[in-house]
Amino acid sequence: MNLSRRQALALGGAAVSVTLLPVSFAFAASDASTAEIAAFTGGATAGEGSIELTTPEIAENGNTVPIAISAPGATSVILIADGNPTPRVAVAHFGAGAEPMVATRIRLAGTQNVIAVAQMADGSFVKTARAVKVTIGGCGG
Amino acid sequence: MKTITKSIITGGILALSLGFAAHAGEDATLTVNGEITLPVRAAAPAGSPLPELFSGWVFRSTETQAMQMDDFDNPGMIFVDQAWEAWSTPEGSAGKSCADCHGEPESFAGLRATMPKWNDEAGKLYTLEDYINESRVKHMGAEPWKWSGGQMTGMTALISLQSRGDVVNVKTDGPVADMYEKGKEIYYTRVGQLDMACSNCHEDNYGVMIRADHLSQGQINGFPAYRLKNAKLNSVHGRFKGCMKNIRATPFKEGSDEFRALELYVASRGNGLVIEGPSVRN
Amino acid sequence: MAKIKPRVKVPKTIAAGEVFPVKTLINHKMESGQRKDKAGEKIPRKIINKFEVTFNGAPVITVDVEPAVSTNPFFEFQMQIDGDGELAFKWTDDDGSVYETSKSIAVG
Repeated sequence: MNLSRRQALALGGAAVSVTLLPVSFAFAASDASTAEIAAFTGGATAGEGSIELTTPEIAENGNTVPIAISAPGATSVILIADGNPTPRVAVAHFGAGAEPMVATRIRLAGTQNVIAVAQMADGSFVKTARAVKVTIGGCGG
Repeated sequence: MKTITKSIITGGILALSLGFAAHAGEDATLTVNGEITLPVRAAAPAGSPLPELFSGWVFRSTETQAMQMDDFDNPGMIFVDQAWEAWSTPEGSAGKSCADCHGEPESFAGLRATMPKWNDEAGKLYTLEDYINESRVKHMGAEPWKWSGGQMTGMTALISLQSRGDVVNVKTDGPVADMYEKGKEIYYTRVGQLDMACSNCHEDNYGVMIRADHLSQGQINGFPAYRLKNAKLNSVHGRFKGCMKNIRATPFKEGSDEFRALELYVASRGNGLVIEGPSVRN
Repeated sequence: MAKIKPRVKVPKTIAAGEVFPVKTLINHKMESGQRKDKAGEKIPRKIINKFEVTFNGAPVITVDVEPAVSTNPFFEFQMQIDGDGELAFKWTDDDGSVYETSKSIAVG
């Protein structure tokens, strides 16, 4: 899919407004993201724990950003791109024999926080977040 | 677990150690599938205005570099797979496939490293696209492919892959001397509303940032290139067109004499680098 | 659109109980439904919305996919097995099409 710079800027609008606020990014999520997380956890609070999100600090192009989630002991994970028009990116369910990890490549509409929440085998939830800068402009973007 | 996850993103410790210092002059090493090492820098050929040659791979971020370090991670290989199928699929009124005349794609080993080159029979400078379409029209009785269409870029990728690691050695004298001069003139001529020549970015300023982008030497040894930007393989002429649009110039047409001449000149500036195609770029 | 063809990669040799990576890639536009065409009309969404892997019929990983997953979707996961079997992969398209492939894997 080929986003023109103008389209990418338009999509990124929401993300920019988030990043301009002097917030501690960790768990400051947009309303849409908060709703997605609540739907995933059934309203339960997610704490910190055994979940790791691997992202580039700076993505060379927002169209293809490599990302990995690892959550030892998890049965499922949700990946949220806080600044995207539709924040939910993917939900993975792990079956027997699977290690609780998944890697993929995602679209980020601009610089924003990426959030991962995992449901553990005991029914509890853990979450983590990382800021990803998306470079727009120049000849490559 | 942590280590395993990290290596998925970065393509291993090798890429990790490069960090974001993967700028021109750093000791970046491009090893594909953990076994094929492709030199990404080379001594400049005689008469080159560049002190040393660098593959465009050197200028990319760690994550983008990693995608080219494994043929499975390289999304350009999807289209190589498709071209493999097309290779042995008969098409056109003659009911022939590429394989009927050429056997395996390996029969083109080394070819990409010499392109573009003079075609005596046609009496003009030929690119890989020209050879493919000539075969399709003349020998298969099939429709020519669009210059930058998916079928064409897939096939040029398949053929380029047969020359992976071969040193670029494009001839610039003899019957192509005029085209070489013409390409050189285009390279150094300022055009467009931004009044820029190829050389302003890719000779005078490679290694520095143009807004958020890290400028390369504009080498084409990695083409066709899978770009993260448009998630497809891009032809050399398609990329030239993009550059010209960026500087607000009216681009030449893909397959035009201007772009053929420019392809010859730009390819020859990379004499000494090795063929990487299909590469991964931003 | 070119023919949709999945690719999967598993290690050549796998030991029983060893954790090994599986990589998958499929060519698909992943049209997000957010884009507009030249006439200003919205291009309808058409994505792979589900990715499922089973081993001898038992689910290994299931991913519910949204439009934010990139063109030519790539998924990598890790698993272990105790014995030989069939690893089956399935991608489901918005239009109902299903793309499938499988790999026989053996320990040893």
